[in-house]
Amino acid sequence: MTTVLHILLYAQILLCFFCLYRVVMGPTIPDRMVGIDIFGVLVVGICAILTILTGRMFIIDIGIAWIILSFIGTLTMAKYLSKKKLNE
Amino acid sequence: MNSTSIITVVLLCIGVLFNLFGCIGLVRLPDVYNRLQSATKCVTLGTCSILLSLVVYFGFNDTGVKSLVAIPLLFFASTVGAHALARGAYYFGVKLGEGTVKDDYKEQVEIEEKKQQLHEIP
Repeated sequence: MTTVLHILLYAQILLCFFCLYRVVMGPTIPDRMVGIDIFGVLVVGICAILTILTGRMFIIDIGIAWIILSFIGTLTMAKYLSKKKLNE
Repeated sequence: MNSTSIITVVLLCIGVLFNLFGCIGLVRLPDVYNRLQSATKCVTLGTCSILLSLVVYFGFNDTGVKSLVAIPLLFFASTVGAHALARGAYYFGVKLGEGTVKDDYKEQVEIEEKKQQLHEIP
């Protein structure tokens, strides 16, 4: 079971690099913001897998805090974008 | 391996597979709105499955209940954030993709602007 958990953890870390590709290469600002949002959700999955793998119970708390902070950041950025224009 | 470990591993594999589909959509699709739709739906469902596997593995002690609380929190936070981001991107002026046939939201935005102008005149 530990081997399978290690493989899944590395797969999840690999998926984070897909999000970082979108953050770096995105043509517009909302593209980068989508990458950051999805990155936050993937980190919650990494925290959950690490909780099973290491047996330390506090790592899931980091995940819950990360959900709330990512939500606030996304809402703030969306509110900022809706007041701006692309070609000004 | 007992049955609890097998159910945990199966749920984890389903979750990582859904995350993989979502991230492939995030890289490959042509448009902001398509990327947002694919990535948000698939990745939210996959991460909910991963958190559900924690509930199965730990049972109802403090960690299991915490991850059970995190599932609706993640569900509402991710969907509301994606909705706000799509609206912000539309008002920001991002063009729709190449193969788009119809834009229903444009008419709605025009109607709202007319209503605001009518309220501003008196």
